[in-house]
Amino acid sequence: MGLIELDGVERDFVVHRRVGRVRRHRDVVRAVDGVSFTVEAGEMVGYIGPNGAGKSTTIKMLTGILVPTAGSVRVAGLDPQRSRTELAMRIGVVFGQRNQLWWDLPLRDSFELLRHMYRVPADLHRRRLAEFVELLDLGSFLDTPVRQLSLGQKMRGEITAALLHGPSILYLDEPTIGLDVVSKSRAREFLARVNRELGVTVVLTTHDLSDVERLCSRLMVIDHGRVVYDGTVDDLKARHGQYRTLVVDLEGPAEPLVVDGAEVVRVDGPRQWLRFHRDRTTAAQLIAAIASTTAVVDLTIEEPLIEDVIAGVYVGGAPDRT
Amino acid sequence: MAHVGGAPLSLYWAVARRSFRRYSTYRGATFAGAFTNTVFGFIQAYVLLAVFRRRDTIGGLDVVDAVTFTFVTQGLLAIVAAFGPLELADRITSGDVVSDLYRPLDLQSWWLAQDIGRAGFQLMFRGIPPFAVGAVAFHLRLPAGPSVWAGFAVSLSLALAVGFAWRFAMSLSAFWLLEVRGLVQLMGLVFMFFAGFILPLPFFPPALRDVANVLPFAAVVELPVEVFLSKHRALPDLLGVVAHQAAWLAVLVGTGRVVMVRAWRRVVVQGG
Amino acid sequence: MVETHGGPTVAEQAVIWRRLVGARIRADWQYRTSFITFMVSQFVAGFLDIVAIVILFSNVDRLAGWSVAEVALLYGTSNLSFALSDVFVSEAEFAAHHIRAGSFDRFLLRPVGPLLLLCGQEFALRRAGKVVQSVLVLAVALTQVPVDWDLPKAAMVVTMVAVGFVIFGGLWVLTSSIAFWAVEAREVANSVTYGGNFVTHYPLEIFSGWLRRLVTVVPLAFVSYQPTLWVLGRRDPHGSPAWFAFAGPLVALATVLVARAVWFSGIRHYRSTGS
Repeated sequence: MGLIELDGVERDFVVHRRVGRVRRHRDVVRAVDGVSFTVEAGEMVGYIGPNGAGKSTTIKMLTGILVPTAGSVRVAGLDPQRSRTELAMRIGVVFGQRNQLWWDLPLRDSFELLRHMYRVPADLHRRRLAEFVELLDLGSFLDTPVRQLSLGQKMRGEITAALLHGPSILYLDEPTIGLDVVSKSRAREFLARVNRELGVTVVLTTHDLSDVERLCSRLMVIDHGRVVYDGTVDDLKARHGQYRTLVVDLEGPAEPLVVDGAEVVRVDGPRQWLRFHRDRTTAAQLIAAIASTTAVVDLTIEEPLIEDVIAGVYVGGAPDRT
Repeated sequence: MAHVGGAPLSLYWAVARRSFRRYSTYRGATFAGAFTNTVFGFIQAYVLLAVFRRRDTIGGLDVVDAVTFTFVTQGLLAIVAAFGPLELADRITSGDVVSDLYRPLDLQSWWLAQDIGRAGFQLMFRGIPPFAVGAVAFHLRLPAGPSVWAGFAVSLSLALAVGFAWRFAMSLSAFWLLEVRGLVQLMGLVFMFFAGFILPLPFFPPALRDVANVLPFAAVVELPVEVFLSKHRALPDLLGVVAHQAAWLAVLVGTGRVVMVRAWRRVVVQGG
Repeated sequence: MVETHGGPTVAEQAVIWRRLVGARIRADWQYRTSFITFMVSQFVAGFLDIVAIVILFSNVDRLAGWSVAEVALLYGTSNLSFALSDVFVSEAEFAAHHIRAGSFDRFLLRPVGPLLLLCGQEFALRRAGKVVQSVLVLAVALTQVPVDWDLPKAAMVVTMVAVGFVIFGGLWVLTSSIAFWAVEAREVANSVTYGGNFVTHYPLEIFSGWLRRLVTVVPLAFVSYQPTLWVLGRRDPHGSPAWFAFAGPLVALATVLVARAVWFSGIRHYRSTGS
C-alpha cells in the first residue's frame, strides 16, 4: 500500500463572474479533474505544472484542508477529510511564501511553541533540534528574531519547523522561491538528506525545475487538472526531449544557414542556433554539412532544457510534432 | 491652467476620482459599516428618547433635534474618520514617503485630493444610508429650506477639510515617533468625544463645554450638525460658524505645512 | 464531532494556549510604546463611555426610573463581561484576516483546533485597559446602589459577569464565523458585538418592543439586565418573567453550543469551498 494514494480525485470550484453591473453568473470550474497516483514511502516527488493547473489544490486535499468533490484520498492510511488533526501529526508543510514562524521572536521560541503544539517530549525535541542545528547550521541565528533573518536563514528555519515533530511526509510548496544561488543549493542538499537519511517522503511543488532535476527521482506534471506525465526526469527528457540545438559561431554575420535535417531558430550576429531532431540526423552529420559550405569558428551542442521539455508536455504531450 | 505645488489642478482631480473608485471596490465593508452605524444610531436614539421623556429641551435641542443629531453624526463617522486612514503615516514609517517628496506636487494637496475622493464616497454610501433608515423609523428633521442646505454644504465641506488637516498633522508625527497608530487611536477618542459624536455638545455641563469650545473638533461635527438642524439660519450667525471653521482650518493647515517643512528638512539632513 | 480522536486533551490545550499567549505578549512587548498607548486608549475609550452616561444624568435625574448608580451597576457588570470577552475571545475575528490573507490554511494544518490557536496567537493583552476601567466603575457602583448586600446578591453579581463573559464570547465566535461564508461582510459582526456591548449599558426597558425581543433572543438581555433587575429588586415594566434573572447560566450554555456548531460548520464550509 502506498503512503499517499489518490484515486479519481476531482475538485470543483464555484466562481461568480459578474455579468454587467449587478447580475452575477455562477460558473463551476474543475481545478482537479480525475487525478490518480500513488506515492510510496521514501519517495521524493516533484509535482509541477503551470499556474492554476491544480497543484496547490491537490496538496490542500492531501493535507485535509480541502475536501475533494469526488474520488478518494488516503494519506498514511488516513482519510484526510475525516482525520485532519490526526494527520497533522504525521505531516510537515512548508509554504515558500508563507511564514509559520513567530515573526518577532527568536527561532528557538517558535520551535518551542511547536513542540507544545505537537506534544513532542522535551528530550526528544532537544535531540531532534540538535540534529537540525547541526545539519542546517542554525546555531548562529537560533536566538535572533525571525524578522531579522535573511530569506535563506528563514527558509532553513521553516524547514526545521516543519520537521521537528517527526512527520513521515513533508509537503513543500515553492521552497526555494526568492533564495539566492547559495541558499538554494544548501536547501536542496538538506532536503535530499532529509529524504535519504530520515526517510521522510517529500512532495515538492515548484516553479524552479532545477529543484526537481536535482532532487526528485520522480516527476509528475499536472496541466488543466490532469496528470499528463508521471515518471522519471530522464525518461521525460528521452520521450519528449528529442530536439537538441547546435550553436555555431561563424566568421561574421550571415544569412540563416540552410542545412538538411535542421532549422535555424535564432540568429544573433555571427552566432546561429540550429534545432535538430535526434532521430533524423546526428550532430556529426550536421557539423559536416555546415563545415562543407561555411567557415565555423566554434560550436556547442545544447541539451534540451527541462523547461522546454515540460512546456512541450503542457501543449499536448507532443513537443516533437512539427 | 491653475497649478498647485507645480502640478495642474487636473492632476489632483484625477487623484480624487481614483481614490473614490478605490473605495468603491470595498462593497462588503462599506455595507457592513453603514449597517453598524445604523444599528448604533438606533440604540443611541432610544437612549435619547428616554432622556427626553423627562425634559422638553436640553441646551436648545428638542427630542427631534437630538435624534436627528444622532443619525447625522452616525453618518458623519466614516466621512470624518477620526481614526484614520493612516496611509500617510504608514508610508512615513516604511520610508516610502521619500519618493512622494520628490514628486513635483504639493504633498498636502495630494493627500487632500485623496481624502476628498474618499470622503465623497463615504458621504454617498456611509453617510446617507444610516440617515435614510433612521428617517423611516424616527421623526427626523431636515434643513429648513434651500439656504440651510447650502449653508450645510459649505459647513460640511469645511468640516471635512478640518478633519483632514488634523489627521495630516497627526500623521506627520510619524517622522518623529516610531509608532503613531496608538497615538492616533488615543487622539481619535478625544476627537470623537469633544466633536459631539458620543453626545451632542449642548448636553455637556458648562465646564466641559468650555473645553470643547477651545478645541478644533466641534468644527468637524457639532457645528455642521447644528447648521443641518437650522440652528444658524440668520446669515450673520451662519457666517460666524463658517468663520470659526475656516479659522481652525487655517490653523491646522498652517501647522501641517510648518511640520511638513521641518520633516522634509529632517529627511534631507538625515538622508531619510 | 469527527475530529476529536488524536487531538490534545483539555490540559494539553491549556498548556498550548498559555504558551501561545506568552509568546504573543513577549512579541508585543518589543513594541512597548504602542502597547502601552493602546492599553491607555482602551481605558480612555471605556472612561469616555461612562462620562457620557454621567453627562446624560447631569441633564436628567432618572432614566426610565433608573438612577445613575443603578445604570452604573448595569454598565459595570456588562462592560466587564464584554471587556473580558474582548481580551480572551475576540481574537476569533482574526479568522477573517487570515482567510483574506490566505494564511488560514496554516491553522488547519495543526493538530490543535483553529479557534484555540487564533485566541492564543492573536491574544491582545492591551485590551485589558477596558477591564481595569470596568472594574473601577463596578466598584464605585456597588457602593452607591441602594442595595443591602448579602451573599446571594454578591453571588449573583459574580455569576452575571461570568455569564456575560460566556455570552459575549459566544457572540464573538458566532459572528466571526460569518467570515467563512462571506469574508467581506464580517464587519457586520461589529453591530452585534460592539452594538451588544452598547445596548447592555442601559436598562433594556428604554428600547422599543422589537429591539427588546431581539436582545432577549440574541440573548443580550441575560448579560446583566435581567440579573441586575433582581439585585436591585426592580421589575421589568414590560413584564418579562422573574425567573429570567436566574436563566443566565443555561442561556450562556445554549449560546456556546450554538456558536460551536456554527463555527464548526463554518470550517466545514471553508474546507468544502476552498474560499
